[in-house]
Amino acid sequence: MALFGFIAVLIACSSSDNDEAETVNNNYDRTALLTNWADHIIIPAYQNYQEKVNTLSTDAAAFTASPTTATLQTLRASWLEAYKSYQYVALYNLGKAQDISFKEMSNTYPIDKPGIDANIASGNYNLSLFSNFTRQGFPGLDYLINGLGANDTQIIAYYTTDSNAAKYKTYLTDVVAKMKSNADAVVADWTGAYRAAYISNNGTSVSSSVSKTTNSFVKSFERDIRSGKVGFPAGEFSNNVPRPTDVEAYYKKDVSKILLNAAVTAAKDFFNGKYFNAAGSGEGLKSYLDYVNAVRNGQKLSDIINTQFALVETTNNLLSDNFIDQINTDNQKMHNAFTTMQQNLVYLKLDMMQALNITIDYVDGDGD
Amino acid sequence: MYTIKNYFNSYKDASTLAFFRLAFGFMMLCSLIRFSAYGWIEKFYIAPQYHFTYYGFDWVKPIGIYTYLIFLICGISSLFFTIGYQYKASAIAFFLSFTYIELMDKTTYLNHYYFISIIGFVMIFLPANAYFSVDAFQNPKKSFQKIPSWNTDILKLLLGIVYFYAGLAKLNSDWLFKAMPLKIWLPNNLNFPVIGPLLNENWVHFAFSWTGAIYDLTIVFLLLYKRTRIFAFILVVVFHLLTKILFPIGVFPYVMIVSSLLFFDSSFHQKCLEMIARFFKIGKSIFKTTNEKLVMSGNFYQMKIGILTVFVCFQLLFPFRYLCYPGELFWTEEGFRFSWRVMLMEKAGYTQFTVTDAKTKESFHVNNSHFLTAFQEKQMAFQPDFILQYAHILHDFYKKQGINDPEVRAESYVALNGRLSKLYIDKTIDLAKENESFQHKTWLLPFGDDIKGF
Repeated sequence: MALFGFIAVLIACSSSDNDEAETVNNNYDRTALLTNWADHIIIPAYQNYQEKVNTLSTDAAAFTASPTTATLQTLRASWLEAYKSYQYVALYNLGKAQDISFKEMSNTYPIDKPGIDANIASGNYNLSLFSNFTRQGFPGLDYLINGLGANDTQIIAYYTTDSNAAKYKTYLTDVVAKMKSNADAVVADWTGAYRAAYISNNGTSVSSSVSKTTNSFVKSFERDIRSGKVGFPAGEFSNNVPRPTDVEAYYKKDVSKILLNAAVTAAKDFFNGKYFNAAGSGEGLKSYLDYVNAVRNGQKLSDIINTQFALVETTNNLLSDNFIDQINTDNQKMHNAFTTMQQNLVYLKLDMMQALNITIDYVDGDGD
Repeated sequence: MYTIKNYFNSYKDASTLAFFRLAFGFMMLCSLIRFSAYGWIEKFYIAPQYHFTYYGFDWVKPIGIYTYLIFLICGISSLFFTIGYQYKASAIAFFLSFTYIELMDKTTYLNHYYFISIIGFVMIFLPANAYFSVDAFQNPKKSFQKIPSWNTDILKLLLGIVYFYAGLAKLNSDWLFKAMPLKIWLPNNLNFPVIGPLLNENWVHFAFSWTGAIYDLTIVFLLLYKRTRIFAFILVVVFHLLTKILFPIGVFPYVMIVSSLLFFDSSFHQKCLEMIARFFKIGKSIFKTTNEKLVMSGNFYQMKIGILTVFVCFQLLFPFRYLCYPGELFWTEEGFRFSWRVMLMEKAGYTQFTVTDAKTKESFHVNNSHFLTAFQEKQMAFQPDFILQYAHILHDFYKKQGINDPEVRAESYVALNGRLSKLYIDKTIDLAKENESFQHKTWLLPFGDDIKGF
């Protein structure tokens, strides 16, 4: 009886208790969260990626039609642009992207160089196969346009005077075509039926969109950004024995930091619900955390995470554009970058997931 | 002395204990059926490659496919227990099989499993088949109208300890002055009808925390006094149904609601039994008793009293063993289990292991999913004894794989009751060289904060 009365009092008081500024009296709107993610972040990022891959495709065709220093440089520029735009979609291993192994085909490195050479020589390959994931995508292209020779003349020679020139052109064309068809498939899905299904799956279960997207985000921050871009090459998982061949864009060399920065910005923006390529922001993990009043040690958890993101950016900016140089001259800076990101991973994977009551549905597969 | 002697010579109607036997046994049967219907026997006891055993009970493990047999024995014995058939043997079989199940893997530790074991143990010593049972029906010599008062009072005492100690445990600064962990948990139920939106309000978190503590501390006394009993029982029902809806705590609320019926007068239990008899069309002869009262005496009886006295004293003292350890109880969890600390903290961890070859110094990270289920990994990540046990599992596994004297180190972060996560374990310690004991674990890093109170 007392508790019934107590609840009745609660209900009676609710309407007159609005003076606390921090308190929100309605339910957190996960539909709004998912709509913002889909319409202002994920779909625009994929469409931008698709656009950049289309340019890449056009420039690759121009290069294979007439392999010159000029067309090669144009191709490289569009490769880098597309590679940067890829960092903004790598966080979302969902729906079609997950079904077709979009991420694995796009950016698995270090590459299998002998495998690529063998594919080119035989002309007989199926890029959809798991065994070919290390022989295509951006790292595969990196090798094909930056790594075949020591300079432009030598590289161009593979597409002109080499006895296998036609096969090199075909492989380059096929790798780009695969990237284009993958991008088209994911965009078609998101702009088609998947968007509505994604948004309507607005519950809190392990298979809900909020849970899956957040898991995908944290997992990508852990594996792709922290481990892949910095941890593995810096030797964090190999007893501090650096593995410079593991850097992203190993053949281009001087863009590893550009790609890392793009990825960190993408992660930070997603966390904050910031619109992709546009001013303004909407619902995101930050607003969700603020909604449940996640305060840790007297500070908003969202502020703690954003402060750490800022520190990550500062620490990463101390790195050379060329991570191979950085590892060989001063690996401590790579280690610092790893440690700073590791700290934010702990905030995201432990403190944030706990505050939002989201279950981690994957387990870390580092090393081993 | 005289009053104690008097007390042991006082008698109550046997219907109360018979009712409790029926209710408790039936609930056990239902929860065992529920447990197996959810596929949890397979999921928790058969599927995992490794099990987190209790210190000193390392030999208690699932026995592969025969684990089902243990559950079957437990189910059959709880059925026989319920109807009072071969009661003593059934009670012993139930206690042993249930406790075995409980001890197989501490990943699934729940306070209410422990409560069931305790009640199961005490029931062995009580004449719960003296009335309204198959035993008494078949052998009228075993039927009694009255049994010693202490037979039911001891159950009330044990139930009282659960509530009161759970209330004491809530008298800490996190619970009372920070409304933790309810401040984290309640907002997860914002979709709850009517009160849902309120669950994000600061004052509601405090109201729930304080109400909960007061409820736990006072409910037994309210149940004991006749004038407040009905009111108290309504509180019990509302409180436990609310917790049932807000938190995933299984059958525990029902166990507590039904157990609190013990406090009612025997006339109530008699009516319940008569209703059951009518429902099953059992003749009135079931209520006939040959003997007026069960007079217990002799050496065996003295021994029984002795065992139960020691047992009750143990129950009173054991939850305070945490006082023997330095550091914050919630952080170290040394003395946390088996002491009625129910729904008391929100704790989670993130723990990764590195294995190093002692000779070559080569290291690698461990993929926990190769060894543990997701549930085991979650529980392992913030509990020191799990972390240590797992480190030894890894050591033994990689030793067999040919790694020289594998060193196992953990990088572990733990977040407790709304505090930011902190490093939990000394990263430099080779956990393979540390052994489980009742001593304080020195490789835990300090909590760096203070939670005052019980």
